[in-house]
Amino acid sequence: MAEARDENTRSYLPAGMPAPVPAGDGVDREFWEGARRHELMIQRCKDCGTFQMTPEWICHNCHSLEVGWHRSSGRGRIYSFERVWHPAHPALKGACPYLVVVVALPDSGNVRLVGNLLGDPMQEVRFDAPVEAVFEDHEGYTLIQWRAL
Amino acid sequence: MSSDFTVRDKVAIAGIGETKYYKRGGAPVAEFRLALEAIKLAAADAGIPIKQLDGIASYSNDRNDSVRVATALGLPELRFSNMFWGGGGGGGSGAIGNAAAAIVAGYANYVVVYRALAQGQFGRFGQTPALKGISGPPAYTWPYGMSTPAQWIALRTRRFMHDHNVTEDALAAIAMACYHHAQTNPRAIMYGRPLSRKDYDESRWIVEPFHLYDCCMENDGAAAVIVTSAERARDLKQKPARLMAAAQGSDFRQGAASENGPDYATSNFKTLAPRLYAMAGIEPKDVDVAQVYENFTGAVMASIVEHGFCHPDEARDFFKFENLIAPSGKLPINTSGGNLAECYMHGLELIIEAVRQVRGTSTAQVKDAEISMVVSGPMVAPVSDLILHA
Ligand SMILES: [Zn+2]
Repeated sequence: MAEARDENTRSYLPAGMPAPVPAGDGVDREFWEGARRHELMIQRCKDCGTFQMTPEWICHNCHSLEVGWHRSSGRGRIYSFERVWHPAHPALKGACPYLVVVVALPDSGNVRLVGNLLGDPMQEVRFDAPVEAVFEDHEGYTLIQWRAL
Repeated sequence: MSSDFTVRDKVAIAGIGETKYYKRGGAPVAEFRLALEAIKLAAADAGIPIKQLDGIASYSNDRNDSVRVATALGLPELRFSNMFWGGGGGGGSGAIGNAAAAIVAGYANYVVVYRALAQGQFGRFGQTPALKGISGPPAYTWPYGMSTPAQWIALRTRRFMHDHNVTEDALAAIAMACYHHAQTNPRAIMYGRPLSRKDYDESRWIVEPFHLYDCCMENDGAAAVIVTSAERARDLKQKPARLMAAAQGSDFRQGAASENGPDYATSNFKTLAPRLYAMAGIEPKDVDVAQVYENFTGAVMASIVEHGFCHPDEARDFFKFENLIAPSGKLPINTSGGNLAECYMHGLELIIEAVRQVRGTSTAQVKDAEISMVVSGPMVAPVSDLILHA
């Protein structure tokens, strides 16, 4: 990854951040397994077509228990963002500032994902700017990051 | 009006108690002992024997279990034991509302609501534990370094500022009003530590748009209040602060993780505030003074807007220092210094200050204050509110 800030892990944030672990009851397994395959999978009701994040066992719109999955193009828009200066986690000491973005996915009901905006943490960030998903592989899991288009 | 189904004027806060407030880690005694001290002080303030307490309510998963408290105090009969769900300060007013409901329903006669914190003896709110893995809602945010309340409230505040063309001036005005009020309050941690605009601007970023002074403190201490029927309260030691209204709840899908609340830049009071005013039978303009939970200044701003004190697009003009201070600003807020400058007691100290405004004993008393509001826990879910009057 060209934008990686950490030489050793080739990731945006340093090693030592908590890894995402699929929920024990299986509700979001497809989301995390999709990321592993470099596919952005968003839950979508098979009956009424409503998208929802984060995954749940029931559709919040029609209450169908038949909730399936939709593969998003991974193209999104920046809905909000922040530059973090204070390290709240021990692994982040020395890694601040960094950029966190909330990305809305227009092809998936505008559900939102949180990730990092790759590249210079001091770059100018604009609301509604187009971004695309970048799959950042780690040992045993994959994070979904964002690159400005 | 279905007057049978309301707590309006049927219940009052009859006693208040606070331990000394300490910086985080500064409490010289155990957290549980702090809780007991605050309860003793509140009962003494009300003028009732401790053994008359027959109900307990708290919030935010207080570690000081109700049965341990009842046992330690030798309460002869615990008739109500209640915990308001959710973390943070969202349940402060909700715990009072639950106590009030119990009294109106006849479950209990004297309910104590308490909150005790000794973050030095347990984990800190502003720090994320060094876990190897995380599942559930945090799995979508913690691996990206988005794990603390400051970080999620900053994201929502940024969007609110963008949507309504608000600048950092509004945030600074809120922080400075809280610090201003702490300067006349000897209990306040920040007593003797005034905050100038220059101090604010030069303070370090925590997470943009929040400087250090936009963020609540972390403290040790305990607070308690005694809730009883308005009728009983009349015969007790203090001037009763009667409950005019209480409401609690959450808007549509505000619990959706990974920042998926459909209405995003909200304090989560849009459906709750109208219910609150309807029960009280008043409008925003009737409120004389408000204690608005400050986890972060941005959430205070959104709460005040959503309680109808100004239109969102007028926030730039409304959030001026002079509008927010006692004795005669348009809406004096956080008149003890609040979570930013008095003590972070998860907002129970704000409820106590609201009682003082009704009693006329605040160190930043609002002139002729009659209607005193508390907003608990903006930008979390669930949240709660109350309104007191004489
Ligand atoms: Zn459906």
